[in-house]
Amino acid sequence: MFKQMLQDLLLTYGPSGREDAIAACIERYAAPYADDIRRDALGNLIVHRAGKSGKRVMLSAHMDQIGLVVVDIDENGFLRIAPVGGVSPAIAAARQVVFANGVRGVTGWETKSKTAATAAMPELFVDIGASDRESAEAHVNVGDMCVFAGDFIDMGDRVACAAMDNRIACAVLLEVLRRMQTDHEVYAVFTVQEEVGLRGAAPAAYAIEPDLNINLDTTLTGDTPECGKLNMMLGKGAAIKAMDSSVIVPAAVRRFLTDVAEKHHIAYQHEVLRAGGTDTGAIQRVRDGVLAGCISIPTRYIHTPVETIALSDAENAVRLVCAALEEEALPVAPGTKPVV
Amino acid sequence: MLERLKTLSELYGVSGNETRVRAYLRRQVEPYADEVFVDPVGNLYAHKRGSGPRVMLAAHMDEVGMIVRGITDAGTLLYDAGGIDPRVVVSKRVSVGPNDIPGVIGAKAIHLQSPEERKRALKHTDLYVDIGAKDRSDAEKLVSKGDYISFTTAFSTFGDGLVKGKALDDRVGCAIVTELFTHGYDCDLWAVFTVQEELGLRGAAVTANRVKPDIALILEGTTANDVAETPSHRSVTTVGAGAAITFADGRTIVPERMMTLLRETARRNGIPWQMRKGTAGGTDAGVIHKSLSGVVCGGISVPCRYIHSPVSVAAISDIEAAHALAHTFLNERLFDEVL
Repeated sequence: MFKQMLQDLLLTYGPSGREDAIAACIERYAAPYADDIRRDALGNLIVHRAGKSGKRVMLSAHMDQIGLVVVDIDENGFLRIAPVGGVSPAIAAARQVVFANGVRGVTGWETKSKTAATAAMPELFVDIGASDRESAEAHVNVGDMCVFAGDFIDMGDRVACAAMDNRIACAVLLEVLRRMQTDHEVYAVFTVQEEVGLRGAAPAAYAIEPDLNINLDTTLTGDTPECGKLNMMLGKGAAIKAMDSSVIVPAAVRRFLTDVAEKHHIAYQHEVLRAGGTDTGAIQRVRDGVLAGCISIPTRYIHTPVETIALSDAENAVRLVCAALEEEALPVAPGTKPVV
Repeated sequence: MLERLKTLSELYGVSGNETRVRAYLRRQVEPYADEVFVDPVGNLYAHKRGSGPRVMLAAHMDEVGMIVRGITDAGTLLYDAGGIDPRVVVSKRVSVGPNDIPGVIGAKAIHLQSPEERKRALKHTDLYVDIGAKDRSDAEKLVSKGDYISFTTAFSTFGDGLVKGKALDDRVGCAIVTELFTHGYDCDLWAVFTVQEELGLRGAAVTANRVKPDIALILEGTTANDVAETPSHRSVTTVGAGAAITFADGRTIVPERMMTLLRETARRNGIPWQMRKGTAGGTDAGVIHKSLSGVVCGGISVPCRYIHSPVSVAAISDIEAAHALAHTFLNERLFDEVL
């Protein structure tokens, strides 16, 4: 069931700024559990569940994925591209890509002086099988975006696919919506444009004015051969963020989440991410400041078409968020009166 | 509009020193506005009340330039520059400080340079501004540290329908927004002229909080690398090929419905257009679209060769096309389709 939903989310198109299809897909899964659903000016999908505690909790997960945008079409029908989000040229070469309208293509590179490993982004292009500009323009325009074509690899508890960052967190959030029992008013927000610089989350938080934000995202791991030293590992549980390059999570929020995990015997690990930011950072600085934390799913090979996670970590994240929402007392910032 | 563009282009208005541009624009829009004011950061707002959506037109007033960071014993001025290639400034005429002291940018003569020096490009720190002072105390009578330094390029038409001048980025936008504002449209219309865009979209960051726009349209001067040997996909825009419509830049992704609407509007009305093919750089849209609970933004640009230099080049036909596209968007209330 969860795996089926995840697969559906993973294979739905949605690069940054072009999230209509993935938002529609998520909306179908969220509708049975929502009091109301809306999309804001930037396209954030905001799923609202009424509550009676008087406290507003914003749960968030970005729904956009990295991609490539067409900047030019030449007379032979080749599409020149630029990255949308953190796409390295070496990863972008020799890939299958897909556009919003389902048009498929492959990425090539200027072979005279470069290899797939050394070509820079302006030396790459997409070949959609067109033989001239006119036939290419019948399918694709300048400004259109494509994404790495997803190929869901089921290895049992571990699964791999493009767009795992951040559709695994979207799946977790949808599962939370299905299972949660809470008195708090909940806004589950599927944000846009995280991959291009945390652009969508802050406007959503501005509208919601939450008492607490729990963001959900993926994080790097330190458990593959000869990799950089990081604490996070696949299968060791939901990662409770201490910091990344966009945010230091307030001690009160971290403690709240770790206490809940301990109380319910939910497997968790601490996350310190040395490079990379999350919506948590943008949400924290909205209006007068928001108490914000983040639960991450450890993910190998981030920003490639083979992003790999452990489903058990996702399950632990679901349980942790649900358990946190069952708590009557939410964390409060030091020096402020408790929210009663 | 060309007369207004000439005046705007020749006014000095380096980032943080937009006073003269602001004063001129204020006089231009005041007769057509219900209210005009300046915020604490220096942005100029003109508001024409109307029913319907709140539409914000924006262009930045500032231009790239330099600032005096020191005066030498010899009476020459050391300077800092932002966003200007040092190779394009040697021997250019400049104007320094509030009293418009004329100067030229000097460099060590080529026959005095070592063979090593000749091989590398001069940096801003190798250059200085000569205001004709005989020593430090003579210079200090005329200028102070912190004075702004502007290029003094005269605006003119040339070639086949081209203009050349300084600060076309973004005085073309200022000229177009002024023209649109004086026309007036069936909406609650705001013209916002921002400060310090070239330093990182600083002025615009506060503007949407005040205007609370439903939609914002940003008019800009943008890069045109349409010169020999640059492949099409690295040219960004082409001078003379029409109004440049933004799909994305380094700070903003334009909503697809907005991008498509502008493109189809141009196509339907026979307005020359091109897509802006670059994804680098940024405009005030980068901060406006993230303001409040989010603002739908669009971008229309005029291609400018040699942008961020003492003289850039644009086509009158592109300026007219950018104006015509924005005008049609407003006049036919097309903004209703993207809200």
